[in-house]
Amino acid sequence: MIRTLSDFVAELREIGVPVSMVEAIDAAEALEHTDLSDPENLRATLGATLVKNARHYRAFDAAFDVFFGLRTNSTTPDADDARFDGQAAGGGGGEDSDMLSEAIAAALLSGDGDALRGLIAAAVDRYAGMQPGRPVGGRYYTYRVLRRLDIDELLAMIRTALGDEAGLSALDDRILEDQADELVQRLRDELEREITGRLVADRGASQVAASRRVPLIEDTDLMHATRDEIEDVERAIAPLARRLATRLSQRRRHGSKGRLDVRRTIRRSLSHGGVLLEPQFKPPRKSKPEIIVMCDVSGSMATFARFTMQLTYAIASELSKVRVFAFIDGLDEVTEYFGSGIDFSDGLIAMSREADLVRRDGHSDYGRSFADMWNTYGDAVTSKSTVIITGDARNNYRETGVEYLDRLAERSRATFWLNPEPRRYWDTGDSVMSRYSVLCDHVEQVRTLRQLEEFVEQAALPRTRRTRLAS
Amino acid sequence: MTQPWAAPSEVAAELEAVGYLPDAKIAQVVYLAAALDKPILAEGPAGVGKTALALALSEATDRRLVRLQCYEGLDEAKALYEWDYHKQLLRLQSDEGAAWDEIEGDIFSEAFLLERPLLDAIRSEEPVILLIDEVDRLEVETEALLLEVLDSYQVTVPELGTMTAVTKPMVVLTSNNTRELSEALKRRCLYLHVPYPSIERERAILAARVPELPEQLADKIARTVSAIRSIPLRKSPSVSETIDWARTILALGIEELDDDSTSSTLNVLLKYQTDIERVAKELSLDIDQHVE
Repeated sequence: MIRTLSDFVAELREIGVPVSMVEAIDAAEALEHTDLSDPENLRATLGATLVKNARHYRAFDAAFDVFFGLRTNSTTPDADDARFDGQAAGGGGGEDSDMLSEAIAAALLSGDGDALRGLIAAAVDRYAGMQPGRPVGGRYYTYRVLRRLDIDELLAMIRTALGDEAGLSALDDRILEDQADELVQRLRDELEREITGRLVADRGASQVAASRRVPLIEDTDLMHATRDEIEDVERAIAPLARRLATRLSQRRRHGSKGRLDVRRTIRRSLSHGGVLLEPQFKPPRKSKPEIIVMCDVSGSMATFARFTMQLTYAIASELSKVRVFAFIDGLDEVTEYFGSGIDFSDGLIAMSREADLVRRDGHSDYGRSFADMWNTYGDAVTSKSTVIITGDARNNYRETGVEYLDRLAERSRATFWLNPEPRRYWDTGDSVMSRYSVLCDHVEQVRTLRQLEEFVEQAALPRTRRTRLAS
Repeated sequence: MTQPWAAPSEVAAELEAVGYLPDAKIAQVVYLAAALDKPILAEGPAGVGKTALALALSEATDRRLVRLQCYEGLDEAKALYEWDYHKQLLRLQSDEGAAWDEIEGDIFSEAFLLERPLLDAIRSEEPVILLIDEVDRLEVETEALLLEVLDSYQVTVPELGTMTAVTKPMVVLTSNNTRELSEALKRRCLYLHVPYPSIERERAILAARVPELPEQLADKIARTVSAIRSIPLRKSPSVSETIDWARTILALGIEELDDDSTSSTLNVLLKYQTDIERVAKELSLDIDQHVE
């Protein structure tokens, strides 16, 4: 068991879940108090001792299933029954799979776990076409079986059985859908478990785990994220924005108390016979930060812009003084679309329809946008404002407008630039990042949540002195 | 601490007896915490019963609950201990002319020590449950205050030396995840992620907390709340809000939860107008007729 545990810990570290030595030892110790025959009990033990971040649980669960969720012998007694089913259907491909689907639907609806597992084993036998020894993660096998079982048909069958009928209210319909989805999800889970079990029996847990690794959400590349990944990322943004908001509003120096409170000190001294023994301090004043966000929302930035807007939206619901500006080759204030009372996607649609962002050809023009910002909204920037600019600094060989950015940065409390491009591409082609970066307090490559998190952690740190343009 | 339970199922049974319904994971983690003498760090959205877990543990084990509510600006003097200046000063004044050595030893003795929650929990004769609530509100620097207590159950007072726990307290920390806690803190704890309950568990919670509620209605409520939680909202309904909602429905004498009764009571479940509108839109409810 210790052997498997250390393999498992190695796998977690490989994924990027930080597991310290102490935690591994804790886990080993905790195993003594765990019912090893119950996988869920084991999962709770290992989860509590090894994984200390809710976001890592998806990856943990996937790895856990490979290592400990297996049923080693794939020929369970139920498989015999299933084979019998197959013979009864007489080998005709279409009918055969129909019957199996129906049996599976029935097992799902009745919640009969054993029957379900038997049927799934039979389905895998028949449809997965597994080839021993191939270094695969099994996702294709799952897909193949689900396609042959006709998952849509199955879903429809389940819905009917649950009482789907016309004239159902939207709420009831939604509840029904959730119920059906839950059952189908169970089928998927069981199926994956079955296939994983067979793969592990074939090639060993470490190997299989390596080929079906789930990347952590914080390492997902935001520029090329799939729809599902984006959803996960967006869920993780709200707490991050809250953190950024707290960081920015934290008092500048830690541990310092506020100014001396003379009244309270004297009043307090009376109990010591007038000796000024205990100085009393006023509570430190919190700065009320103003955030100004400038987002490049041009075509090349589309995915990233959505993500930054989401972050901005989340910040706006935490802090009261947030102003948002979007630009392509013209800049416009879009704060009103991201107020706390407005739904995010509605706001995004309204913004793209109504805001005046394109003046010429719809290619990014940072110079013009900074000029617009300075000329029209320059007053918005004060010594209390933190300016956050997001964009790739690809200026299509136009005027850089550094003089405007310089003035904006000089007037602000701090200026940050988040660039989604990898650092090594900065200043290549039409990117003029370094012209801008010298003017900012902090420039960060932000391509993943993890990098964004690092930025948030550093946002309130003492700033580096920015260079001033020689006037 | 002596292990008060023989198996996780016993933990579950005892917690259930005081009205807290743990799932298998919670029971196992609590059991482990007792077996390994480790603090539990419970993290999850607001209102899923993290604090309630500590309260229930205190009730189930019949131990005193010592609570440290964290907030930004909490310091040593409020979390650990403080010297009672006033008393020390009085002692000095009442004793003028006495030998200095004598007085010095005297005024830095336990009689002049003001216990704050952490020290209280450590020095208690009886084992206690120590609840450190909303630890994520502390600044990162202040977190370090807790470390000594969490890993070796001791507090060091420079003038008196190190005080080690007579009976190890059972520690529960809660966090709403508003910021990432430090590695050092997490490493010392068993991590318990408490998500929103599953439909079955929420139904069971409703049955325990609102026993008058008909089963069928409880089922419908649990399912509706679960559907609402799948919609991205500013503030998803918590378990306590579900319970409030169930009580409201009961009090209004609503027998069947249809569109109409749902939309008229939605404001019990959701606390932001935008959320109410959002949910109404998603579920095609008509809320206008209920808005004055």
